[in-house]
Amino acid sequence: MHKVIIPVGPQHPALKEPENFMITLSGEKILKFSARLGYNHRGIEKACEERTYIQDVYLTERICGICSHSHSTCFVQAVEEIAALEVPKRALYIRTLVAELERVHSHLLWLGVAGHEVGFDTLLMYTWRDREVVMDILAMLTGNRVNYGINTIGGVRRDITPEQSKEVAKATNTLEERTKYYIQIATKETTLIKRLSGVGVLSHDDAIRLGAVGPTARASSVDRDVRRDDPYAAYGELKFKVITDNHNDVYGRTLVRMGELMESYSMIRQLLKNMPEGPIAVKAPRKIPAGEAVSRYEAPRGEDVHYVKSNGSEKPERVKVRAPTLANIQTVAKMLEDRQLADLPIVIAAIDPCFSCTDRLTVIKEAGVRKNKVMSWEDLHDYSIGWYRERGIDFAGLNKKLTRMLK
Amino acid sequence: MGLIQKTVNWARLKSPWVLHFNTGACNACDIEIIAALTPRYDLERFGVVLKGTPRHADVLLCSGPVTKQIKCRLQRIYDQMPEPKFVVAVGTCSCSGGVFDGCYNVESGIDQAIPVSAYIPGCPASPKAIIDGVVKLLSSLETK
Repeated sequence: MHKVIIPVGPQHPALKEPENFMITLSGEKILKFSARLGYNHRGIEKACEERTYIQDVYLTERICGICSHSHSTCFVQAVEEIAALEVPKRALYIRTLVAELERVHSHLLWLGVAGHEVGFDTLLMYTWRDREVVMDILAMLTGNRVNYGINTIGGVRRDITPEQSKEVAKATNTLEERTKYYIQIATKETTLIKRLSGVGVLSHDDAIRLGAVGPTARASSVDRDVRRDDPYAAYGELKFKVITDNHNDVYGRTLVRMGELMESYSMIRQLLKNMPEGPIAVKAPRKIPAGEAVSRYEAPRGEDVHYVKSNGSEKPERVKVRAPTLANIQTVAKMLEDRQLADLPIVIAAIDPCFSCTDRLTVIKEAGVRKNKVMSWEDLHDYSIGWYRERGIDFAGLNKKLTRMLK
Repeated sequence: MGLIQKTVNWARLKSPWVLHFNTGACNACDIEIIAALTPRYDLERFGVVLKGTPRHADVLLCSGPVTKQIKCRLQRIYDQMPEPKFVVAVGTCSCSGGVFDGCYNVESGIDQAIPVSAYIPGCPASPKAIIDGVVKLLSSLETK
């Protein structure tokens, strides 16, 4: 059959963000899917290098408006590690509380968008109405509905009063009740189950091979969650289950997110109950000592990684962000192979894409060489050793030590 | 103003169809725009309906500082809209570049690319502010 290439985006009713997808079709069947990112690239990493650490906290918050707390916490954690700051326990609890409330708002938002993409607009209106409850709570705790600005280097900026925690507890009960209703819809409503089952299938092996993260990976029974595997903030002291599912499809991803909502409510209750007394921040130095750190954070969409390198001045030397959607976008091409065009919006929406997080890419092409160079793992390894050796750092000794240790 | 013109103007004010376009925003203003259309704030009570194509839209809601890649697309979308057309810049970034002003890949605000009728500042602009801005824009048209 004749092949047709359909461009979707950067302006398209099915997309909320400016991205471009080229879909090669044969009839209704998708042969090839390719994504062109970069419409949302603002140059935040470079801007971080030109601003002070405290300004960067606000800048990293604006990498993404939906998981804003994830990015700022991830950045702040890395800086605190370099500066060896002992963050007060109460600050960690407040951070975790806002993080879980953010997960609730993000997952409810996703459920609505997913409903909209499959033509179930009633679900969109219902979930977004209930989402306002958690938005009110966030506005009350932090002072803003979306970009909370609660983090600062060395702690948090606002304390939580007993009255506020009562309000949060009340809202959590309301939300839990509503979520139970949505779980009932997701597990009983035949039209929704039929529409989502068997769509966007990603096998367990593919999820691992393509490096999927977050609910996308967990719905393909990849049992991976930074909150449990590498606890940060107050997660080490909380009891929670990591939700996995073996449906491998969009339906599985819906169930995982619904399950995570219920876990979040239980975590919020534990945080409110065990909130320790004490200060909410320690004083951070204006100049951060030289060093580097990698920080991991389980954002609502998956693992978020920040790398910060400091050179002893008041501005960082390098900030690198790896947002969860960058890890997940590769899986979309796999999910769409030989599928129908009509499945495209929901399959893209099912990874809960956030392209403003993802547009950190820079492609480096060697000058004068037309073709892209493909480096094997060994080449890359040698290249990195050579790069460090030029700068006076030798890994050869370290490597031997590591091999010995592994043996 | 003739009767036909009056009727057209009345109809236009009672049903302004909007197109939402993200010109490099961080998503915060975008979700607030959607939140303004959902039950709690319900912008639809003013007859505002979100459309999928610029050819059906009267008002273009833009969020975000204009990135260099999106600039020509934004101008193309603006050109595709039928006259009379209005542009609303939602959020501080789209008003002036905001926190991203000075980044190598952004212009400072929507008005660098296309003419703007109303500015709604805020980071992000809250749904209440968006409703206020849209209503102000509509009431300013009434007198014209």
